[in-house]
Amino acid sequence: MKKKLKLATLWLDGCSGCHMSLVDVDERLIEVAEIYDIVFSPLVDVKDFPENVDVTLLEGAISTDEDVEMVKRVRKSTKTLIAFGDCAVTSNVPSMRNHFKLEDVFKRGYLETTPGNDIIPDEKIPKLLEKAYPVHHFVHVDVFLQGCPPSADNIFYTLVEIAEGRTPELSLRTRFG
Amino acid sequence: MSSSVKIKTLTIDERQVGAREDQTILEVARENGIKIPTLCYLKGLSPYGGCRMCIVEIAGSPKLLPSCMTTVEEGMVVSTNTDRIKKYRKNLLELYFSERNHVCSVCASNGYCELQTMAQKVEMSHVHFPYMYPHLGVDATHERYVLDHNRCIACTRCVRVCDEIEGAHTLDIKDRGIDVRIITDLDHPWGESETCTQCGKCVHVCPTGALIERGKSVGEMSKRKQLLPYLTKMREAHE
Repeated sequence: MKKKLKLATLWLDGCSGCHMSLVDVDERLIEVAEIYDIVFSPLVDVKDFPENVDVTLLEGAISTDEDVEMVKRVRKSTKTLIAFGDCAVTSNVPSMRNHFKLEDVFKRGYLETTPGNDIIPDEKIPKLLEKAYPVHHFVHVDVFLQGCPPSADNIFYTLVEIAEGRTPELSLRTRFG
Repeated sequence: MSSSVKIKTLTIDERQVGAREDQTILEVARENGIKIPTLCYLKGLSPYGGCRMCIVEIAGSPKLLPSCMTTVEEGMVVSTNTDRIKKYRKNLLELYFSERNHVCSVCASNGYCELQTMAQKVEMSHVHFPYMYPHLGVDATHERYVLDHNRCIACTRCVRVCDEIEGAHTLDIKDRGIDVRIITDLDHPWGESETCTQCGKCVHVCPTGALIERGKSVGEMSKRKQLLPYLTKMREAHE
């Protein structure tokens, strides 16, 4: 039997919709599980990002100091890094805060929308960056899988192509949005 | 065709084609089924040469020229899709995306947008340039339409249709380059415009979600693309 590849999936500043779409590959999950071992994911209980990962699906924009550390670590340990969905590829919806001052973002998020609350937490939580960035702003990305979310078909296709040692041809299959 | 119009012969993508001397390269290419991508060009409006997507190479000229603004010449050798052109088109498109806040996933025109489709066509995997995230407003003062500067590519189709077809000239542009903005009247809110006839032609020629009908949600704003060709045809029939 062919040796299984190690697959990690990561959820940073996104809505988890891309992961929902991954689960949407439905019964083909069995095929995915035959090719890949999922070694790190919101779907499995592993705390630390492992070494020597073959493929990482990275959902979400990079929005905090912790995200930056994480994405650098992921890059170091991953052979093929996939920017998984529009937030990872373009910074998408998380970037809609980018043209506001951070101070105003906090005010809106914690005070104006929560009547009675007068605390903006600033300890023991990741520090928000001035802006939300696409993944390739910080590290080299090997495959850009567009879509909000990418379709289950395209996720499945991409995972199979990479496992077969081919470069997925995504330009005509995918688009933003 | 009057007898005084001369015919020119030229080569486009290694094909011999004939053209009237007053035709542009783009017109001739399209007549012959050669596809050149465009964003600001729209048949029925005067050419503008702004979007630069229709650039072509002409043998003997080091410059890339916009085919919508370049008239044919005898013996011209035109290439429409070389590696150099493809590279420039992709770069240009990436600049469009980096200059404004085109968030496709939450756009009324998602799925109907010419910019979105063009990105796919030129095989743009991502934007290499840093995004600028400019702080831009949305003019929602008009009772029927919305102007969202975040999604505007300054193609000026709206300005031209308002002026040339509707004859109202409510829309215009101010400032230059990266600061260029679509304005209504003398840069007053659209809702206060005394010249706008509420015809909506601007909305339907807009290639993106920059001009939409009020109340349209994500992916609901398909444009009536046949509107302009229909109006032009009717006008020609009456002339």
